[in-house]
Amino acid sequence: MNRYPLWKYIIVACALMTGFIYTLPNFFGESPAVQVSSAKATLKVDIKTLERVESTLRTAGVESNGTFLDTNGVKVRLKDTDTQLKAKDLLEKQFNPDASNPQYVIALNLLSSSPQWLTNMHALPMYLGLDLRGGVHFLLQVDMKGALTKRLDSISADLRSLMRDKNVRHGGINREGERIVIRFRDEETRVKARTTLDDNQPDLQLADQGEGSELRLVATLKPTALKRIQEFAIKQNMGTLHNRINELGVAEPVIAQQGADRIVVQLPGVQDTAKAKDILGRTATLEIRMVDDTPGALESAQAGQVPFGTELYVERGGRPLLVKKQVVLTGDRLTDAQPGFDNQTQEPAVHLSLDSAGSRIFKEITRENVGKRMAILLIEKGKGEVVTAPVIRTEIGGGRVQISGSMSSMEANDTALLLRAGSLAAPMEIIEERTIGPSLGAENITKGFHSTMWGFAAISAFMIFYYMLFGLVSVIALASNLLFLIALLSMLQATLTLPGIAAIALALGMAIDSNVLINERIREELRNGSTPQAAINTGYERAFGTILDSNITTLIAGIALLIFGSGPVRGFAVVHCLGILTSLFSAVVVSRALVNLIYGRRRKLESLAIGQIWKPGNKVAAAK
Amino acid sequence: MEFFRIKKDIPFMRHALAFNIISLVTFLLAVFFLFHRGLHLSVEFTGGTLIEVNYAQAANLEQIREGLNKAGYTDIAVQNFGSSQDVMIRLPLKAEQSSAKIGEAVMSALKVEAPGASLRRVEFVGPQVGKELAENGSLALLLVIIGIVLYLAMRFEWRFSVSAIIANLHDIVIILGFFAFFQWEFSLSVLAAVLAVLGYSVNESVIVFDRVRETFKKVRGLTTPQVLDHAITSTISRTIITHGCTQLMVLSMLLFGGATLYYFALALTIGICFGIYSSVLVASPLVMWLGVSREHFIKPVKKIDGANEDGAVV
Repeated sequence: MNRYPLWKYIIVACALMTGFIYTLPNFFGESPAVQVSSAKATLKVDIKTLERVESTLRTAGVESNGTFLDTNGVKVRLKDTDTQLKAKDLLEKQFNPDASNPQYVIALNLLSSSPQWLTNMHALPMYLGLDLRGGVHFLLQVDMKGALTKRLDSISADLRSLMRDKNVRHGGINREGERIVIRFRDEETRVKARTTLDDNQPDLQLADQGEGSELRLVATLKPTALKRIQEFAIKQNMGTLHNRINELGVAEPVIAQQGADRIVVQLPGVQDTAKAKDILGRTATLEIRMVDDTPGALESAQAGQVPFGTELYVERGGRPLLVKKQVVLTGDRLTDAQPGFDNQTQEPAVHLSLDSAGSRIFKEITRENVGKRMAILLIEKGKGEVVTAPVIRTEIGGGRVQISGSMSSMEANDTALLLRAGSLAAPMEIIEERTIGPSLGAENITKGFHSTMWGFAAISAFMIFYYMLFGLVSVIALASNLLFLIALLSMLQATLTLPGIAAIALALGMAIDSNVLINERIREELRNGSTPQAAINTGYERAFGTILDSNITTLIAGIALLIFGSGPVRGFAVVHCLGILTSLFSAVVVSRALVNLIYGRRRKLESLAIGQIWKPGNKVAAAK
Repeated sequence: MEFFRIKKDIPFMRHALAFNIISLVTFLLAVFFLFHRGLHLSVEFTGGTLIEVNYAQAANLEQIREGLNKAGYTDIAVQNFGSSQDVMIRLPLKAEQSSAKIGEAVMSALKVEAPGASLRRVEFVGPQVGKELAENGSLALLLVIIGIVLYLAMRFEWRFSVSAIIANLHDIVIILGFFAFFQWEFSLSVLAAVLAVLGYSVNESVIVFDRVRETFKKVRGLTTPQVLDHAITSTISRTIITHGCTQLMVLSMLLFGGATLYYFALALTIGICFGIYSSVLVASPLVMWLGVSREHFIKPVKKIDGANEDGAVV
């Protein structure tokens, strides 16, 4: 009765094997590396950059342990920190000849030195949180009210021109808080205005108010529109942050949305909070200006004589471009920019939407300048960058602009992102900040590791001393629990923090409960006179119900923490919940498999090595 | 090796009243301290700035305090953190100051007034975050309570679930009472520990109740106190050993985990000690007084007409 079918042993063996493989990367440690990523939003790191990095290192005779390209940029693995610094200087010189205007970010990084075949299986080391590796954490609150006000202001401007176009006479359009109020003198005009608005402004919800000659139409945003504006604002701000953080030279920044209106920014390894805050808080603007194409002007500008009222810029492809200083339109007038395709040619394109004032200006400009070029510039800390410089083909009215021609869909995507980045949707405020020094991070790891190790050692010693062979089985089950837990954390790439390590320790301390329950039950059965084989069987069976009940109550607490916890508590809760699940498997299935393997095949089993069994009324301690 | 050689069931229930009076007194004391002194909430809840710095030699707290006062920071707390070289500086939220800049300003003031400090950690929490955390914490506690009560009511009986939750909430209040009495810092990780303890000590009650149910079903002719005594006696060995093992782990955290894990481990320690006591000696009497009996676990057998006393028919 104490034999498992073969498939159960196979499952246990497979689980242990998988656990072992996915835990493995954590033992290899990290090796120094240099990472090359783009500092300019207009510059892409691709396979060519990789080749350039390789050739630079080869010609200088710096030996690398492998180079590869991923979403963050080109990474070069090096053998020690000396070579790492040397390679960094070398690449810095090669890639950023002009130090005041860096094109690339060359950052020091650490890469896991686990072998390639493990990485190919997505077996990666656990992802360490900031409190273990050092760095800065910011929580930014997006001012949604600000975003809404901005949007409502631009809608009221739209309404004014719409009413003028449709010849509806009104007594004033004003934004009052989060609503737009339009005044009318008579009912007839109000009805007319209402139908006009229904047709043209699908985002607005309209309500009649007032009496006699004091008639009003109150427009509020529909909930769906409200939600869309908020989502848009957060996405746009995240895009902008991405671009700016690139500049800091952080190897693996984390920029994530938290809740409806918050953004978490984590910069591992960064210590200079002042600079980080400065960069995060900076505002960028978008400007549309005309290109100066007077014959000869560009040549003289390149020779050093920039004509009055113009500025020299470099286009994306590297060609010089002379742009007039006069600003035609600013990013405030831009309401959206999305990548897409041309309706007729199916070429990739960027679709822009302008608000009503913007479209009026744009219509004028395009009418007067057919055949000429305009430049869209992104201005950040006084420095401008040409996003795109299209030729005007026809007059464009209605505020829907499409930029197309000779771009890939990837480029269209980037351009749209940049255009959006120029008009930060809403102001942001830092509401939480945490800086952890690198030495503290390393210390936290050691402390967490020591607590777990000594606790585990103490429990093991006691269990083996008290329950003998069954204690050893329990300890092996507990060790496999640890293995599963670390493997799961590595697989899920969940962030491990110091509270997370505490949760690992606690999970082990609590998981032993299941084995104690089982062992005590078996002893009890023996005490009541069962045969050893029967005692094992009933012991495990009886204990299982209890183990399940007790683990579920603990799990309820863990899930509540997971739902409501944030920051450190969440890190604790994730590990706590996972620990309960793995302990169910290891304490019941793994330990049973071991016991079955040891005792299951013996027909005439006389005793179990489970420590002394003392029976009441039996003076001779029956050491079985 | 066996620690517990118990010949007869220990008559726990005979002293039930005494145990409950002890509990009630501790509980009331804890509540008193909670209201009288209040919890010493960490920056995470109150909002504000926390700066941890490290000196190469033992830090002169007085000098730091005076230096910062001179630099215009009043109402600050300066204390050692873990060792004499580590110093923790706590600043309250101020409306007029650009909150995010405080960390740097303090560091530059320290450079002048008490040189040699190296920055270890800065935490700034805005007012809205703190309020939310407190709300979420209470919501989590509520969810745990409802979840556990429902589960136990489904699995056992409402009397069990009510007494288990009362017994364990009394633990929680006592932990909080300790934190209030000693003015230990109540941080987010302590909150996590408290909730984990709640789940963990309910375990304990579950195990005793499991035995109670089993005894009710198997053994006839025992009074309710006798059944409870039997259930507690037969699980006491497991209870002590399990808690001992968990405590070994927590002790190791207390010793090696450093200052960050210290209060976390401390909350767990108190929770584990009172967890044993309350789930065994508080929950069980409560069940008894709520009137649990054998009938609640035995499914009523349909009487067949004309059967004899044992219900046997042919």
